[in-house]
Amino acid sequence: MSRQRPEGNRRVALVGNPNAGKSALFNALTGARQKIANYPGVTVERKSGRFVLPTGEPVEMTDLPGAYGLDPTSPDEEVTAKVIAGHFPGEAAPDVLVVVLDASNLEQHLVFAQELLALGKPTVVALNMVDLAERDGLVLDAAVLAEELGVPVIPTVAVRRRGLAELGEAIANAGERHPGPGLTALGQTERRVAAHAMADAAILSESKRHRLHAKLDQLLLNPWVGPVILLAILFVVFQAVFAWATPFADALDAGVSALHDGVKAALPPSLLRDLLTDGVIAGVGSVIVFLPQIVILFAFILAMEASGYMARAAFLMDRMMASVGLSGRSFIPLLSSFACAIPGIMATRSITDPKDRLTTILIAPLMTCSARLPVYAVIIAAFIPHTSVWGGIGLQGLVLFTLYVVGVVGAMAVALALRSSMTKGAASGFIMELPKYQMPRLKDMAIGLWQRAWIFLRRAGTIIFMVTVVLWVMLNFPKAGPGESQVDASIAGKVANGLAFVVEPIGFNRDMALALIPAMAAREVAVSSLATTYAVDAGDNEDEQALELGDQLKRRWTLPMALAFLAWFVFAPQCMSTIAVTRRETNGWKWPTFMLAYLFGLAYIAAGATYWVAVAAGL
Amino acid sequence: MTLDMLPIGRSARIVAVHWPALVQEEARRLRALGLEEGARIAVSHRGILGGRDPIAITVGRMTVAVRRAHAAAMEVEEL
Repeated sequence: MSRQRPEGNRRVALVGNPNAGKSALFNALTGARQKIANYPGVTVERKSGRFVLPTGEPVEMTDLPGAYGLDPTSPDEEVTAKVIAGHFPGEAAPDVLVVVLDASNLEQHLVFAQELLALGKPTVVALNMVDLAERDGLVLDAAVLAEELGVPVIPTVAVRRRGLAELGEAIANAGERHPGPGLTALGQTERRVAAHAMADAAILSESKRHRLHAKLDQLLLNPWVGPVILLAILFVVFQAVFAWATPFADALDAGVSALHDGVKAALPPSLLRDLLTDGVIAGVGSVIVFLPQIVILFAFILAMEASGYMARAAFLMDRMMASVGLSGRSFIPLLSSFACAIPGIMATRSITDPKDRLTTILIAPLMTCSARLPVYAVIIAAFIPHTSVWGGIGLQGLVLFTLYVVGVVGAMAVALALRSSMTKGAASGFIMELPKYQMPRLKDMAIGLWQRAWIFLRRAGTIIFMVTVVLWVMLNFPKAGPGESQVDASIAGKVANGLAFVVEPIGFNRDMALALIPAMAAREVAVSSLATTYAVDAGDNEDEQALELGDQLKRRWTLPMALAFLAWFVFAPQCMSTIAVTRRETNGWKWPTFMLAYLFGLAYIAAGATYWVAVAAGL
Repeated sequence: MTLDMLPIGRSARIVAVHWPALVQEEARRLRALGLEEGARIAVSHRGILGGRDPIAITVGRMTVAVRRAHAAAMEVEEL
């Protein structure tokens, strides 16, 4: 069978209110064959995929951002309005609209639906999540609704794949329509009245069954119990990220080591072999081992989002965020930033207020991302004694926790400072729909997790791979003469000597300065570059080579130096991808430049203060 | 009485909204969510800590969180 050119296929767009279950329907229709990109020039995600109608006709399906109307109040809504009107540059207008309605929220969702129907495009309505409506004691008549709206109305349950074939059939048959003047002339208020009447007519029976989500809200939004549950959930999340990931990370680590040794044994000694083993495998491998942590953290975040709990967390956190001039909406991006600032910064798109959003973007890198963990883990293991303080709390864990807290407190202080200076403006509001609770579907979770894991792996395979190779070359050339250390002779060593002059006042030595350069690409590279540096430095001296990185550090660094290095990494914006994503999300170099400057400034001050206080304390 | 004063669990109807007191974007968003003149609402939850902010409002079959400042611009009449 010959595949048709995608541009020749008809375009079908899913459109509807937020929380109508559009994404689940999109996943059910297109499966994993999705393309995710950005709409050019704006930071709104464009999801498209292929769907084959029952007639055999393939169509290109896009999942438009959720909107409450065609009069936009957010960047998301603006994209939706423009794409539907065919005004979005480079984006053909959809041929068929599939209006997705939440069956249990008809009187609200029918308002936007009427606005869409007034456009006169071929349209099909998907009456989605009818199962949840039934659970709430609501029985609907799709035929009545179809008569009222003048288009086919197909009851669907996306997550159980119910109604998909019928929906495909209706899309195949959707033709030109001529909306009556009664529909087009309506204003927002008239539409609301009409929506109410239509919803009433379509509801066959409505029992006063106590709704599950009202009961859950009683518990989860309770002023006393709610925050305790939220804290407990966050505690479990972080516990899981650190504890549950360990066996998987260890297995990956063992795999990387085995590959390293295998390649070393299989190839004759040569420069190429060293590049492969000490450069590529050691460097990329040291980053890949964080995949389990990232997957676990995202699994929790996706589950919290899909279940509807995330909006409750935002509700509970709103008052606290308001005290530093932000809103509960910032809580979600900042929580994601504990995994990685990149998805965190991308998640700020849901913040409607531009100044709120900018502030959140600027403080997101202060949340301790998983890339800092390898740095913290190596330094803490080497320098902080494995003892316990009061009642079994490990000193090492306490130091790690302190580093997290310093990041959060720093972020709050910066947010407060920014909101009263550079991003000053009217106190931002918090208006957010609290969606119904839902059991997260495994398949949707799997698709989401796969997409995020893939972004991470691609990063490891491209940026980190390249940086590792470049560093290895810079460390190995030119070759040292007899009696000279390879690191001193290398290009990297010379660059580091220059930088060392700058970081000397904050207690950093040349090796530390050297680690900072490649770590500009990604923080975790600091570990692999320290390992590479000491491996190259050890040369053929077998006793030296046998020393673990931790032992090497202990011999070469003092405790104040190690603490200063930790303090540096709490603040330093050492991540090329974060800078790149900030440039994209703020549409220019102004804010990423500011971000670099203020974070390096804070890092320098924090590291210096830590070093000199530690020295003065006699550590 | 304004909406921010409405006790939890009591039903009311929005009789007037002082739209100029709200930021334009937020006013539009509130309208889009159905919080406008004539809407039947109830306060279902209030936030924690000082000020009991934000407020969760039931409108139709939907729950919407707003700040007290938004609610204070809405005049309601208990049903």
